[in-house]
Amino acid sequence: MHDLAPLTPLGAAKPRTDTIGDWTLTEVTDRALASVAARLGREEEAARIVADLLGAEAPAPSRLSGGEIAAFWSGPDQWMIEAPLKTHEALAAQLSARAGGAISVTEQTDAWCRFDLTGPDLPRVLERLCPVDVHRLVGGEAIRTTMEHMGCFLICRTPVHVSILGPRSSAGSLHHALETAMRAAK
Amino acid sequence: MTEVNRVDGGLIDRTRPMRFRFDGKEMTGYQGDTLASALLANGVRLMGRSFKYHRPRGPLTAGSEEPNALVELREGARKEPNTRATTAELFDGLVAQSQNRWPSLAFDALAINDGLAPLFAAGFYYKTFMWPASFWEKLYEPIIRRAAGLGSLSLKDDPDEYDKGFLHCDVLVIGGGPAGLAAALRAGEAGARVILADEDFVIGGRLNAETYEVGGGAGHAWAAEAAGKLAAMPNVRVMPRTTILGAFDHGVYGALERVSDHLPVPPDGKPRQMLWRIYAQRSILAAGATERPVVFDNNDRPGIMLASAMRAYVNRWGAAPARRVAVFTNNDDGHRTAADLAARGVTVAAVIDTRENAPSGTGYEVISGAYVTDTAGRRGLSSIEVRTPDGGSRRIECGALGVSGGWNPNVHLTCHQRGRPTWDESLHAFVPGGTLPPGMSVAGAASGAFSTHAALRSGAEIAGTVLEGLGRRVPAPDLPEAEDAPVNIAPFWVVEGANRAWVDQQNDVTAKDVRLAHQENFVSVEHLKRYTTLGMATDQGKTSNMAGLAIMAQVAGKNIADVGTTMFRPPYTPTAIGAFAGRSRGKDFRPVRKTPSHKWAEEQGAPFVEVGMWLRAQYFPQPGETQWRQSVDREALAVRNSVGICDVTTLGKVDVQGADAAEFLNRIYANGFAKLAVGKTRYGLMLREDGIAMDDGTAARLAEDHFVVTTTTANAVPVYRHMEFVRQCLYPDMDVQLISTTEAWAQFAVAGPNSRKLLQKIVDPDFDLSNEGFPFMACGEVTVCGGLRARLFRISFSGELAFEIAVPTRYGDALVRRLMQAGEEFGAVPYGTEALGVLRIEKGHAAGSELNGTITAHNLGMGKMVSKKKDSIGSTLSEREGLNTPDALKLVGLKALDAGSPVPAGAHLMTRGSAVDAAHDQGYVTSACYSPNLGCHIGLAFLKSGDERTGERVRLVSPLTGIDHEVEVVSPHFVDPEGGRLRA
Repeated sequence: MHDLAPLTPLGAAKPRTDTIGDWTLTEVTDRALASVAARLGREEEAARIVADLLGAEAPAPSRLSGGEIAAFWSGPDQWMIEAPLKTHEALAAQLSARAGGAISVTEQTDAWCRFDLTGPDLPRVLERLCPVDVHRLVGGEAIRTTMEHMGCFLICRTPVHVSILGPRSSAGSLHHALETAMRAAK
Repeated sequence: MTEVNRVDGGLIDRTRPMRFRFDGKEMTGYQGDTLASALLANGVRLMGRSFKYHRPRGPLTAGSEEPNALVELREGARKEPNTRATTAELFDGLVAQSQNRWPSLAFDALAINDGLAPLFAAGFYYKTFMWPASFWEKLYEPIIRRAAGLGSLSLKDDPDEYDKGFLHCDVLVIGGGPAGLAAALRAGEAGARVILADEDFVIGGRLNAETYEVGGGAGHAWAAEAAGKLAAMPNVRVMPRTTILGAFDHGVYGALERVSDHLPVPPDGKPRQMLWRIYAQRSILAAGATERPVVFDNNDRPGIMLASAMRAYVNRWGAAPARRVAVFTNNDDGHRTAADLAARGVTVAAVIDTRENAPSGTGYEVISGAYVTDTAGRRGLSSIEVRTPDGGSRRIECGALGVSGGWNPNVHLTCHQRGRPTWDESLHAFVPGGTLPPGMSVAGAASGAFSTHAALRSGAEIAGTVLEGLGRRVPAPDLPEAEDAPVNIAPFWVVEGANRAWVDQQNDVTAKDVRLAHQENFVSVEHLKRYTTLGMATDQGKTSNMAGLAIMAQVAGKNIADVGTTMFRPPYTPTAIGAFAGRSRGKDFRPVRKTPSHKWAEEQGAPFVEVGMWLRAQYFPQPGETQWRQSVDREALAVRNSVGICDVTTLGKVDVQGADAAEFLNRIYANGFAKLAVGKTRYGLMLREDGIAMDDGTAARLAEDHFVVTTTTANAVPVYRHMEFVRQCLYPDMDVQLISTTEAWAQFAVAGPNSRKLLQKIVDPDFDLSNEGFPFMACGEVTVCGGLRARLFRISFSGELAFEIAVPTRYGDALVRRLMQAGEEFGAVPYGTEALGVLRIEKGHAAGSELNGTITAHNLGMGKMVSKKKDSIGSTLSEREGLNTPDALKLVGLKALDAGSPVPAGAHLMTRGSAVDAAHDQGYVTSACYSPNLGCHIGLAFLKSGDERTGERVRLVSPLTGIDHEVEVVSPHFVDPEGGRLRA
C-alpha cells in the first residue's frame, strides 16, 4: 500500500461542505469514474456489458441509471461509469478485464471534480448557471452543459439532489460559481 | 419643499413617505412614486438641460421612452448617469443630480448655445470641425464632449454584481397591460408554461394610468387581481421590472431584470440586475403603444408633456404637473386627459383640438380647429399662443400642456430580425407587418388594437391561436367588460411654419434641421438619422422618429409609408454593460485552471503565469535572489548539472484506443506511427489540412490498441477537437475511440543527469529503470511509492536524460513533495516555465512561438518527417510550390556576439546596410532567452535559406527597442546537438 496522501480538487485534505440558505454543497471525492466506449461494430455488446454492470438498461441519451454502481450517457455508444472508490479504485482496469475487447475503457476518476447540491427548489440555483431547462428535471437526467464557461455534466439524481461534474483543475472556479449562484438565489 | 402639486388618489402608498434629494434639495414622496412623479408633486418641472442648446427641460413622458428627464442617480461609485427619472423607482434616501449644466440647473452658463443656435444647425460638426484634421482629437472633441453631452461617469469600479440566467417557456408574453394579461391568463389556464415580463414595477400597463373600469371595477384593480392570479399558477412566472431587450434567433429573447434598482443597495449576495436568456417556443408581443407629440415652436418647455403622461401622473401617482393646464390634441384621446384632470380638481384652461368637429367637454373650454403656435416661460411653461380658426391668436396662461398627436404601436421587437412595419391608413401609424421573428404574434395596442376591450380581446384571441399551434386545448376566454372607444384621429404632425420646434428633444433636432438635411440631399431616412442625429441616443427616437418622418414626407412630397423607418435594433432600452458582462469581470473574468502542484508551488513563493487558463509556476525564487533571472539561471543550470522537477500536467493528453488506433495516428500525424512498438514513444508533428504545422507532441503506445497522445498546453483543446472531427467526419469507419485525460493525471518532468537516480528512489523496485531496461523513448505502466499506479515516459524536452512520470491527479501534490524530498541528496530543484523555455531553446525544440500558423515542416527543418509512404492530413498541400521555394525560411539558432547584447523575440533579420523595410526582410526571431549554459543571449529564428547560412553574421533589428546589431547564425541545437545526453 502506497503512502501518498491525496488532495481534494479544492486542494484540501478533506472534502468541503458549504451550507447557504436551505441548500448544501458538498465536494464528493469517494467515487471512481471510468469512461466506456463501444468498439466499432460491437455497440450492442457494449450496451449489454454496461447493463450487466448496473443491473439495469444502459442509459439512453441524457440519462442516468443504476444504483451504487451507476452510469450516465456521455455520447453515442459512450457512457461514464460511477462506482465507490473504496472498492473500485482500479475501476478502469476491472472493466477492461471483463470486456473481451468490446469496449475501450479510460480512467476518468481524477479528470473531474464533483459537487453535490442538495435541498429544496434546486432550479432556483441552477437556472442561474446553465441553459438546461432545469425546471423540467425530475430525476434520472444527465446533461452535458456549460457553467460559467466550464464544460460540465449536470446529473439529477432526485429533484432534491444533483451532482455537477466539472474539470478538476477548475474546481475552485466552479465552486465559486456554484456558491455565488446559491447566495444570489437565496 | 412641500408637495404643492400632490393631488388625491393614485396607486402610491401614502402611509410610506420617502425622503429624497434632487440637486441637494431634500423632498418627500411616497412608496410607488417614480423620481419624476415625486419631483412633479413637489412642484419641480425643470429636471434637465438639453444636449446641445442647454435648454431647460422637464419630463415629456411617464415611461421608458423618456428623452429629457435624465439624471445622475445615486452617489459615489454607484452613480449612474442618464437614468430616466420617469422609470427610477423612488426609495428612501434616493439622491439624484441633474446633468449637462454648469454651475446649476436653474442657471446654466452654456445656455448661451441656445442664442447661438444658427451656428449649430444640422451637420454643424461636419461643416465646422473639418480643418485642420489634427485638431479633432486633441481640441474639438474634448470641447464638444464637455459642452454637449449627457451625464458623467463616476470613474470608479462598479461595486455591484450582475448575474445571468436561463429560462424556458412555451409562451413568453411581453408586456403586462390588458392584452398581455388576457393572453397570459388564457395561456396559463390552459396549462402552458408562461412567462409574463413587464418593464414596469407594477403589472397592468396603461390600466394603472387610466380611470376606465374593467369588469365593473377599477382597471388597476382588475390588473392587480389578474397578476395575483397568474403569480399563483405554478406554470406561470410573472416578472415585473423586466424589460425584454431583443428578439434573437431560434426563439431566444434577452431580458433585463432590475433586481435591486429600487433599493438603496442590493441585498447581500444579490445582483443589482440580471440578464436572462429566455428560450420561448412562442412569444406574444403586447408592448403597448407610445403617444407622439406634435411639433410646434418652443414645444420643449418644462411642463409640456404627452397628454397620456399628464394623466398618468395624476391618475397613478397623484402628481399634477401644474394647477392649471391645457391640452393640445388631434384625436379623442387628448380629451380624456382634460376630463381626468378636471375630475381631480386641476383647472383645465382649454383643450385645443386641431379638428373642426372636436367633441365638447364638461367644465372646460374646447377650441376646435385650432393649434398651438408658440409658448412662453423661461424655466417652465407659463403660457401658450393659440391660433384660432378665425385666424386670430389667443394667449392662454397655463403651467403645463398635454400634447397628443396620436399613438404609435411599439413595433420594435417585431423588427429585430430585419422585419419592417407597415403603414396603417386608419390609425395613421406603423403597425407590425412583413416577416415577424419566428414564433412571435402581436396583441393589443402594439398591434393597433387601441381600446381596452380590443386589447383584452386580441390578447385572449392571439393566445388561443398560439396555444392551438402548440397543440393545446384551449378553454373559451372569459373577458371582462371594458371601454371600446374607436380611434378618432385627424393626422396633424407639425404646425405650419414651425422652425425652432423640437422634433427630437433628446438630440436637440428641430423641424428646421430636418428640412435642412433634406435640402442638403440627405434624403434617405437612414442618412437623415446620421446627419441630424434624429432618433439616436438613449431613447432611440421613441417619441421623435414619427414626426421626423412626417416632415421628411412633407418636404419630399411623399407619403410617410414611402419614406419608411430606420432599422430597429436591440436593446429596446439602454442596458448597463455590466449586465452583459455578468460575473465575468476582474479575477472572475474566466475560470482558472490550477495544476496538481499549485498549492505546493504557492508555498514555495512561486509567481504564476497564465498559459491559456492555466496558472503555471514561472520560477521558484530562493532566499537572496532579487531578480527573476537569478532564479531562472539557477534552475536551468541545475537541470543540466543534476536534476530538476517541473509540473507538465498542462500538456494535453488524449487517450486513443481501438483496433485502428495506430492507423488513425498515421493519418493524424505527418510521420509514421503504424510500426511504433508497444512500450515506445515517438515525437509526432501534426499538419493542418493546408499543410501548415498545427501542433507537435508525443504519442506513447501502451498497448497494441492503446496510445496516449500529448499536445502542447495551448493547443490541447483545438487538437482534441481536430481529432474528434477526423474520427467522426473523415474516418467514421475506423475503430477508434478518443477521450481527454489531461486532467486525470498529474505529470511531472524529472530532468537532468541525476533524474534516473532520483526516480529509482520513487518507482517501486520491480521496475528496471536502467538504460537497457528503460531506454530513451520507452514508456510503460509502473507503480510508485509502494504500489500507486503510475505511467512513466522517457522523453526529454530539455535535452538531458529525462523522464515524465504521471500519477492520478489527487496524488500530484504528494508526489512533488516526495520527489523534492528524495531529490535533496542531488540538490534537486523545482523549475518553472521560464527555465523550461530556456532549456528547450538551448535544445532547439519548437514550441508555440515557432508553430505560429504560418510555418511548415519544411520551415522547421522537418520536411523529411512528412512521410510519403502513407497518406496523412496536410501531406499533399505541404508540397505546394510556394511553400517549398529555395529561399524558404528555415529554423536557425542565433547567438549574440558578446555576453551583454540582447536577442529580443520579435526582432527582424535584415540585409546589411539596407533600409529597414519589408523588402529587405530576411526573417524574424521567434523565441529568445539568456542562456546560462552558453553565457550569452540566444534565440531561435526563421531565416531565409537559414540551413545554409550557419556561421554567417546577420543583422538583427528591433526598431521598437532601438536594437540594430549583428548576431551569429548557429545550429538551433545549442546544447548537445548529437543527443548523447538524453540517451545516457
